[in-house]
Amino acid sequence: MTRLQKDPFNMIICGVGGQGNILLSRMIGRILIHKGYLVDIGETFGAAQRGGSVFSSLRISKKKNRGPLIPEGRAGVILSLEPLEALRMLSLFGNEEVSVIFNTQPVYPVGVLAKRFKYPELEKLRAAISKLSYQSWSLNATQLAMKLNAPIIANIIMLGALVGTNTIPISMEDVKSEIKNSLPSNKVELNWQALDIGFQAIK
Amino acid sequence: MTIFDKKPQDAFQFVMGNEAIARGALEAGVQFAAGYPGTPSSEIIQVLSEAAKTMNIHSEWSTNEKVATEGAAAAAFAGLRSLSAMKNAGLSVALDFLTHLSYTGLGEGGGAMLAIVCDDPNAHSSGDETDSRWLAQFASAPLVEASSIQEARDITKWAFDLSQEFKCFVFLRGYTRLCHASSTIRMDELPEFDRKAMSDSSISINPYLGMPHHAAALEKLEKIRERFELSPFNFYEGPENPELIIVCGGSGKPCAEEALETLELQDRVGILKLGTLWPLPRRLVKNHLNKTRTLLFAEEVDPFLEHQVKEMLADDPVEGLRVFGKGSGHIPAFGEITPDRVMKALSTLLKIDYSPRSAAYHKILFEISEDDLIISRGLTWCPGCPHRASFWAIERAIKADGRDGYVTGDIGCSTLDVFPEGKEQMNLLHAMGSGTGLASGFGQLGQFGYTQPVINICGDSTFFHAAIPALINAVYNKSNMILVLLDNSATAMTGFQAHPGTGFNALGKPTEKIDTEKLCNSLGCKVTVSDPFDIRGTVKTIRGLLKEQGVRVLILRRSCEIVRMKKENLKPFTVGIEETKCKGEECEICFSRFRCPALFQEEKTGKAKLKEDICSGCGVCVQICPFNSIGRKEKA
Repeated sequence: MTRLQKDPFNMIICGVGGQGNILLSRMIGRILIHKGYLVDIGETFGAAQRGGSVFSSLRISKKKNRGPLIPEGRAGVILSLEPLEALRMLSLFGNEEVSVIFNTQPVYPVGVLAKRFKYPELEKLRAAISKLSYQSWSLNATQLAMKLNAPIIANIIMLGALVGTNTIPISMEDVKSEIKNSLPSNKVELNWQALDIGFQAIK
Repeated sequence: MTIFDKKPQDAFQFVMGNEAIARGALEAGVQFAAGYPGTPSSEIIQVLSEAAKTMNIHSEWSTNEKVATEGAAAAAFAGLRSLSAMKNAGLSVALDFLTHLSYTGLGEGGGAMLAIVCDDPNAHSSGDETDSRWLAQFASAPLVEASSIQEARDITKWAFDLSQEFKCFVFLRGYTRLCHASSTIRMDELPEFDRKAMSDSSISINPYLGMPHHAAALEKLEKIRERFELSPFNFYEGPENPELIIVCGGSGKPCAEEALETLELQDRVGILKLGTLWPLPRRLVKNHLNKTRTLLFAEEVDPFLEHQVKEMLADDPVEGLRVFGKGSGHIPAFGEITPDRVMKALSTLLKIDYSPRSAAYHKILFEISEDDLIISRGLTWCPGCPHRASFWAIERAIKADGRDGYVTGDIGCSTLDVFPEGKEQMNLLHAMGSGTGLASGFGQLGQFGYTQPVINICGDSTFFHAAIPALINAVYNKSNMILVLLDNSATAMTGFQAHPGTGFNALGKPTEKIDTEKLCNSLGCKVTVSDPFDIRGTVKTIRGLLKEQGVRVLILRRSCEIVRMKKENLKPFTVGIEETKCKGEECEICFSRFRCPALFQEEKTGKAKLKEDICSGCGVCVQICPFNSIGRKEKA
């Protein structure tokens, strides 16, 4: 992908507090800025980070900087680190043209542990996500990250997968050089490996 | 390149709103910064503390917002440029000082000072969404705010000059959608200066003989109003003769812009954007109002500008002008402003048909919503959080005691107790330190027949912030209460900042560590320390304390798991569940009552399972399983 599908192109990165959502949105923001795009990000910190639903909104444009809030129904792509959160965001920002890429590993809300609700079956979630999107991809990034003995790196696996979907104008080289520039040198190799795993998983 | 660069080479830098405010302060030559952590303000002091490692700047986490603001004012009286930073709730703490500071001004030393207050519309991470703008009026002080990240840098610099010129502190308001948004900004060079701090001991600056001081402050505000008439942060965008003008400040501006673009109304509707909110630049506003017959106020949270303009129109009416906003119900009277709220108001007023989704898409959403797939996600403590263990022990001890113990709570991560599926132990919860004051009160109701034991749960940073005077009050007035101090060695909720009990300052440098045991002992409290991870021991200790009289302090000491993990980067134990011993549905204690996110019930077997990817290896669940089915092995 060499250009934006729309201007502004709106991206949602979502998941559960503690999954590395903010790190991911900053990384994608910096990569796009290096490539000459104007990027505005909105997010909330604090209490929501404690096991709650979290999301960052990215506004990507060639023309001008924008406010951080995406209007309802106006997402171009949703990258979700958790399946239920993908559906939650679709219910707010979805439309006929939206692309969705999600990690299939559930993080159970505390209400599920307390047996107040039942976590929906993955297949039901998958079907709903598919009905509410133009195209969708899924992978179990958490399991893939466990194989690398680094569960927290699931977010980077998802980033690799995002590159594979060709929905936003960033390449594997762009991401690899950003990782090299922003992470400590002893972490680079593992993160590159995670990127490749995600990229391959989507092919 | 970073935001600390003295001579930025790149034209643009990608920063968060709070970083832009900090950069603006650095470019203005700020030398003294103080604050107390509070979402969404915390990063301002964090960034300036980072800058203080290499520049001649003082930056501190103060014990509370009042002390922070007093420290900043001292620097301004001594001729320096200074700031204090806090969240909306913190402004209430600092306000006693600020209302007097506006009467005295900053003296003749040539200093300047900003009181930066960051509101949290929607209360994303707060107990309230109070709108601080009214307090500028209350405190007779000027108020400015930015509508973009670039403007956050620009207006911060500008406000320092304003403060110096008028010898008064200036309120700079931030809000969640500015402070925690990120964008690219242009930066200027940092100034070279070497100001010496000194104060004039030959004069007395004080607010007494209050009335003339108030009159002088108001006179000054009129001069500032004249300056605001010409401010570059107030401007109009739109057609010459618009059908409607949206009046806004702060977050209202980008929301209004987005709404006009989405509805393709740029040729019909204009935006009057204000950056100097109090005192209102009346002439400028009036000039623009004359262009149209309809006004819409797009504000968060309260109708602050709407009231100012309506007041102005009462004095100086514009014939045929209709005013809409929160008063008319077109914009909801609470919560943050969004593009959708502005679009909804516009489509009603201009009779436009707008729906964020097609009918077909809406129908699919409706069908899916009938399946109840989108379940809510409550907030909870992290796996390995000492608070989960502490609350477990407190709950058990109160139950075993059997006298209906009453619990007052406080602000911080312990607050997660009151969220759905928390432990729901706190019977009362209000402001920083209020749990201790409330407990002190309950503990004095014995003469009216009150027999329930009173327990106050308070975090360590909160203890230093506002609980100590209440604890002294409890001792002094012979209250009966237990203060349970959850000491996790961090201001955890806001991002693990240091506080006086950690032994480190805002720059991460070692400093005096305030010894809470000695402090409470010296007040005459009985002090006990326990490890919350020793559940049985802690329950026994609390049960013992509940039987005693007087003011008792129990310190439950265990590091915040996130802080520990950052330092040690290893799990203390490997935890395993023996499936044959687990009673599953018949028991359910570990997942459905202890509610550690790392434990869940497996669908097929109904038995407890461990989520290894998030288990912290704390080993506490081993103690709470009644059937010994959870085991732990120490890691080598």
